[in-house]
Amino acid sequence: MKLSKGYRIFQVFNLLFMLIIIAIMLYPFWYLVAQSFSSQKYIYMGEVSILPKGFNVQTYKAVMSERQFWIGYKNTLIYTALGTFINVAMTAMFAYPLSKKRLIGQKFWIKFAVFTMYFSGGLIPNYLLVNSLHMKNTIWAIVIPGAISTFNLMIMKNSFEAIPQELEEAASIDGMNTYGIFFKIIIPLSVPIIATMILFYAVGNWNSWFSAMLYLDEKKLQPVSLYLRGLIAGATQTSDSVTMSSDAQAQIASNIKSTTMVLTVLPIICVYPFLQKYFVSGIMIGAVKG
Amino acid sequence: MANSFKQIKRQNNFLIRIKKDWQLYTFLLLPVLYFIIFKYGPMVGNIIAFRKFQPGGSPFGEKWVGLKYFKMFIADSNFWRIFLNTLTLSVQTLIFTFPGPVIFALLLNELKNVAFKRVVQTISYLPHFISTVILVGLIFELTAANGPINHLISVLGGEPVKFMQDPKYFHSVYVLSRMWQTLGWGTIVYLSALTTISPDLYEAAKIDGANRWQQTLHVTLPGISSTIIVLLIMNIGSMLSVSFEQILLMYSPLTYQKADVISTYVYRIGLSQNSFSYASAIGLFESVIGLVLVTTANSISKKITDSSLW
Repeated sequence: MKLSKGYRIFQVFNLLFMLIIIAIMLYPFWYLVAQSFSSQKYIYMGEVSILPKGFNVQTYKAVMSERQFWIGYKNTLIYTALGTFINVAMTAMFAYPLSKKRLIGQKFWIKFAVFTMYFSGGLIPNYLLVNSLHMKNTIWAIVIPGAISTFNLMIMKNSFEAIPQELEEAASIDGMNTYGIFFKIIIPLSVPIIATMILFYAVGNWNSWFSAMLYLDEKKLQPVSLYLRGLIAGATQTSDSVTMSSDAQAQIASNIKSTTMVLTVLPIICVYPFLQKYFVSGIMIGAVKG
Repeated sequence: MANSFKQIKRQNNFLIRIKKDWQLYTFLLLPVLYFIIFKYGPMVGNIIAFRKFQPGGSPFGEKWVGLKYFKMFIADSNFWRIFLNTLTLSVQTLIFTFPGPVIFALLLNELKNVAFKRVVQTISYLPHFISTVILVGLIFELTAANGPINHLISVLGGEPVKFMQDPKYFHSVYVLSRMWQTLGWGTIVYLSALTTISPDLYEAAKIDGANRWQQTLHVTLPGISSTIIVLLIMNIGSMLSVSFEQILLMYSPLTYQKADVISTYVYRIGLSQNSFSYASAIGLFESVIGLVLVTTANSISKKITDSSLW
């Protein structure tokens, strides 16, 4: 097919535009990496913008020898693992009966769930609830209040609905009970959607910081995101910087901030390109109205 | 008589169905309990907006005070400032973040090299997965006095700008960062809508002598217009829920004047000053406006596009 001249010019500009978009999307991350390998002196003078200057790995050593950083990292791993397990289990548990026409009051239960997407209790009542349940300064304050996301629940319900009913009927005739059907037929057939759910929830849990800030006062319970927030806000002092003058402190902070950010965001950036299709498929299922 | 007989019969029918199928109902137990406690509980907890709360007392408050806290809010000297900030910030966010993904999806669709297209997509989705803490960290680093943006400004002969300390830049920085984070991820729905347009339509347009631009105008855009309208309406519905966590991390007393929104005010009043009842009243005020917006948007959507959220 012959392309018109105008369209070919458009193609060139489009390609250029895409390259600019790539640069804009990647530059902030690249800048962090450049800063994390640069020496404090050059960052302070504003000479680091693309390539690291005064290349060194001292900052990485300093951050990695910080005890609170590892405590935070460990906590984040625990909260993400346990939280995601609870999320997916609870969501599947609710989504399965919701996907069944034979459930008495199916429509009611769906409305019961969906209503919470549009109206919620708000910050203060939630805070008072968690307090009055004595969950403050426990892991439960992090993993229980957000156990089910109604949006994800609807995605999972739609996906369960797409499984042919005949499979379950055949198993039922063979004498399998509902639990058997759920674990031996539904779950194995739903591996892709479960993977999507694990990813959605896990990213959310990994990134979460607000509930930790509300409910965890004890340093030994705090996730790495909260540690990082402290660094950015200047509230957290690394043991190195305590003795420095205020100017040197600002330099060190910039260095240390970048390095800590790189180390926190690294797991997501490494894993994400390989799992991208699951995220996208989740959005697609969600886009089909439930 | 016949009616009540039918009712009894139906009731028995229900019981028999539940008894035969009790295992299915056991699935509901934990999730429903969770919803009642953690989703509906706080909704009921909103009544402290109408009651006086005593620290250490019941989470539902001690005694009725009526609309006292709502009147207090309307009379609050900060009311108009935070109300207008919420409104302008959300309208700007909508105007600037909504069209981007539509245009970007159309341009992506014109890329012929599948591998390159995938690379662009993967990279542009990335910011969506970054936590708010990291996002705000990035903003602070990039806009710092010795950061690259100010470096560029001084290379171009300008004076360094205090982006994060000067309230007049707050809205722009916020909106730009929202654009950065949502541009790529927002294309997914449009790209999938684009794949549903029949190739026959393009063939027919070509035979009629339409060039690529005319095809976009007369085939592609009408093909995704219903998706655009639905998303626009949904966005308007959830407009007021600005990215609370991001503002909380970004703002400082220096920028309160422009940055303070209803939700951050609730946070400060409630959790820093411990005025739980007053803060709940402000939060409830926002939730109710939000609910009205969603409901209105939804019924408009139902009328115009025949598709709705419920």
